[in-house]
Amino acid sequence: MTARIGIVTFPGSLDDRDAARAVHLAGAEPVALWHDDAQIHGVDGVWLPGGFSYGDALRCGAIARFSQVMDTVKAAAGQGMPVIGVCNGFQMLCESHLLPGALVRNAHLRYRNRPARLRVETDRTAWTRLYEPGNEVVFPAKHGEGRYVADEAVLDRLEGEGRVVFRYLDNPNGSMRDIAGVTNEAGNVVGLMPHPEHAVEALTGPSTDGLGIVASVLAHLSEGVRR
Amino acid sequence: MARVVVDVMLKSEILDPQGEAVLGALPRLGVNDVASVRIGKRVEIEFDQNAQNVEEQSRVIADQLLANPVIESFTVSIEAA
Repeated sequence: MTARIGIVTFPGSLDDRDAARAVHLAGAEPVALWHDDAQIHGVDGVWLPGGFSYGDALRCGAIARFSQVMDTVKAAAGQGMPVIGVCNGFQMLCESHLLPGALVRNAHLRYRNRPARLRVETDRTAWTRLYEPGNEVVFPAKHGEGRYVADEAVLDRLEGEGRVVFRYLDNPNGSMRDIAGVTNEAGNVVGLMPHPEHAVEALTGPSTDGLGIVASVLAHLSEGVRR
Repeated sequence: MARVVVDVMLKSEILDPQGEAVLGALPRLGVNDVASVRIGKRVEIEFDQNAQNVEEQSRVIADQLLANPVIESFTVSIEAA
């Protein structure tokens, strides 16, 4: 049976259709979920897409955290369901305290819109298990509030526990320790700023490296938790 | 009617690029003796006439929504009861 990945559309989401296409291209079934519906309709994993949910009112992702669907997503994540947040989705995961830290205004104040070279730092997450640590991938980045910050103790703990998932090779926004993506303790929740869903076809992306994200979660779902 | 003002500021250890940009513009105004500029948010809340526990509720609003404690601190002041 094909794994079903739910993609949540919020008011202001932009990348939900691209995420659905990426999920489809990688061999899973995309399922449309809605911010105002607490049901996640039996999906096997959840993708929180990029965009400007609720117009970025107050802080990016701050209002989305209080949407109907997020209570269910939080509960499911706590039970081990794979959840990925890209860009605005990463901001939502931090605002919801599913991931540590926060994403604030780029240090140079400019919107950054270009392919980002990243190093995969760990394969011990549901969404990166088919990559090798040290692999370089190219995903487009496009954000104004992508500077990852956390206090030193939290950063040290993330590094110590191998929970930095992606690191920028050319830091585009001033993120602390070049962090582009992190995971939770269990490795089932991953957030990153650059967009793997825009790197799935040679025609439209800078690489097809993003397919490995969905392929990884498919492997995770069929083989279970690694180690 | 209780009026509450919540001030939200980025914590001092978090770089405030907006404040830096303003600081950088000040010499063009002829102001050269400013050491630092930090930009925050002021939120004004008006409670219903009969609202109870205004201060407690304001703290919940500030802590759970208006400020992100990872990066921001806040102060709550009740302006009129």
